Amino acid sequence: MGERGRVEYFLQQFINGIALGSIYGLVAIGYTMVYGIIGMINFAHGDVFMVGAFLALIAFLALVAIGLTAIPLALFLVLLIAMALTALYGWAVERIAYRPLRGSFRLAPLISAIGMSIVLQNYIQITQGARVKPLPPLVTGGYTLLEHDGFAVQLSNIQILIVLTTFVLMLAFSWLVAATRLGRDMRACEQDLKMASLLGVDTDRTISLTFVIGAALAAVAGIMYLLYYGVIDFFIGFVAGVKAFTAAVLGGIGSLPGAMLGGLLIGMIETLWSAYFSIEYKDVAAFSILVLVLIFLPTGILGRPDVEKV
Amino acid sequence: MTNGAESARAGTKLDVAGALKDAGLAALVAFGLFSLILGLRTEQSQISQQLALIPRPFLLAAAVAIVFAGRFAVALWFRRGVDIDPGALVPAGLAAKLDRLGHYAAPALLAFALATPFLFYSNRYILDLGILVLTYVMLGWGLNVVVGLAGLLDLGYVAFYAVGAYSYALIAQHFGLSFWICLPLAGIFAAFWGVLLGFPVLRLRGDYLAIVTLAFGEIIRLVIINWQSLTGGPNGISGIPRPSFFGIPFSDDEHGFAAAFGLEFTPTHRVVFLFYVILALALLTNFVTLRLRRLPIGRAWEALREDEIACRSLGINTTHTKLTAFAIGALIGGIAGSFFATRQGFISPESFVFMESALVLAIVVLGGMGSQLGVAIAALVMIGGFELFRGFEQFRMLVFGLVMVAIMVWRPRGLVAHRSPSVHLVERKIIPAAIVEEARR
Repeated sequence: MGERGRVEYFLQQFINGIALGSIYGLVAIGYTMVYGIIGMINFAHGDVFMVGAFLALIAFLALVAIGLTAIPLALFLVLLIAMALTALYGWAVERIAYRPLRGSFRLAPLISAIGMSIVLQNYIQITQGARVKPLPPLVTGGYTLLEHDGFAVQLSNIQILIVLTTFVLMLAFSWLVAATRLGRDMRACEQDLKMASLLGVDTDRTISLTFVIGAALAAVAGIMYLLYYGVIDFFIGFVAGVKAFTAAVLGGIGSLPGAMLGGLLIGMIETLWSAYFSIEYKDVAAFSILVLVLIFLPTGILGRPDVEKV
Repeated sequence: MTNGAESARAGTKLDVAGALKDAGLAALVAFGLFSLILGLRTEQSQISQQLALIPRPFLLAAAVAIVFAGRFAVALWFRRGVDIDPGALVPAGLAAKLDRLGHYAAPALLAFALATPFLFYSNRYILDLGILVLTYVMLGWGLNVVVGLAGLLDLGYVAFYAVGAYSYALIAQHFGLSFWICLPLAGIFAAFWGVLLGFPVLRLRGDYLAIVTLAFGEIIRLVIINWQSLTGGPNGISGIPRPSFFGIPFSDDEHGFAAAFGLEFTPTHRVVFLFYVILALALLTNFVTLRLRRLPIGRAWEALREDEIACRSLGINTTHTKLTAFAIGALIGGIAGSFFATRQGFISPESFVFMESALVLAIVVLGGMGSQLGVAIAALVMIGGFELFRGFEQFRMLVFGLVMVAIMVWRPRGLVAHRSPSVHLVERKIIPAAIVEEARR
């Protein structure tokens, strides 16, 4: 009990929370972008994240099998392969399950998304087996930030890698949304899909690319998850997906900085809850936050109030 | 797209080149999708605990070939390049015939259900399967009130099933009350939970509501797992009292059912009894739902499903309307749950995972939201049909997922898509699916 009362313990948990929160934030961006543009909850996004983790694992093993043992180069190639192939999954999911439903009744895309989520989960379970897949730690080592009375606050290399990658990706992505043609199209679609298409924006293409980018970011999150925890299975997408969605809602759905902020908050809350209260109820805590936020703060921290038009 | 447009103008001429190009692209995408996941299998070796890769080139080639062939056929058949016209898949004549068939399907199914214990008296397996199917029919009808009638997407329906099952198990074990007292009690408990959970969340919009109910379902399951002193945690509760024939137990002694009615003792008596109990419960559910639909509250549900804002403008209290739908759905789910508990004699949190909610939702969606008959047929097809393909157990959920997507894409109103109006003037007209869909847009 004494250990928990210390500042060092809190600092350590804080660092862990930021690393975990970065992963959630990357997944949350996928939810928030899709919701912003076509107003649907892409329920399968968590499973796209899971597929990304599996693609990364298999790509890594394949690279090792053909004799590529330099870890940094291998990881970089894994990143590229996993992002590209997961993006293809994101595109395919949108093309098969969501695009034909535009203009259908409101719950249709959500039901279709649930179907797609079940399909992806079971596809991985059947093709790769239901058992957990372990990967020995690839990025090891770290720094001791401070040491006091025998309790050291550690900052591991993998945590640095996660936070740095997330930061760089966020910068790149913010630039993409703010300063490129595609970003302008995306913002136009977010404001008014019909009007954007009247003004010559190829909305189908923009929506497809949104899914592609969201999936690529989810793939990065998947790799980070794989490296951080060292085990994955076909079911990780469900819980991580709900938590990332919670992050998106908490930050204000439709808002990109909100998604990142929400991700960090959820990661932090989950870590601190496990550290100070009970690890068994950490998922209950995350789910409860989702419920509480939706009831009391449905626009989230950085979101705009959403007026339903008739 | 240009290929498609040209060939459409060309009329009946087949556009083989365009179709080939389409199919080639699809095969390329399929290769990208399947290359790592299907083409390589990760296997943990027994000795080193390290993961090894096992290549499966033939499986990969077969999958890509299937996609190529399928896409080629579709592209040729429709000669339109990319887009498939959903209406063309189910011809109007067939749909009308199906609708007419529907009038005879309900009585036929009911008669079959009533006769099943006599037809398959010696076949325990069929009887057990029948009980399972009927349990899902009841769950489907319960969820149909929430999703199909009131238009609230509830992804945590299994929570009420769990509450019913655990309420029954705990009440029956700790207070020794009989099945017939516990059953309604468990249902009322579940309904109470429905109201409790529903009260704060029902102001939310459709898709938010769906996610919140999902979160509630998971919270309840996690609490059941972790509250070990009450629920037994992951080990569950065993030795749940079995139902008795209105006080006469199904036991092999002079006080048992067999002795009381002068029959030879067999365990089948209890199975047949359970079969009729769940049949009666399901029919009661159906009867109550059909009656409720004609009451003002039922009409308010359907109005709410069609347009919430219009409802509010007309002075319908949407919160109360949603809450009653939620509570009735929960009540039905709870009763089904307590039946599940008494039939199994053992319950554990594993029976109440999200997949169960998704399965019931898939049944409702496939059956056509709002159609009672459709849900029954869907439960029969999805639960019963899969038993025919034993050994393909692992593909079951995969197919369920695909079916959910396919139904949404091609027939969003479900297989039995027509709707007969709850209230009618002079003559009853069937509303065809096309018009119903039209109104949804």
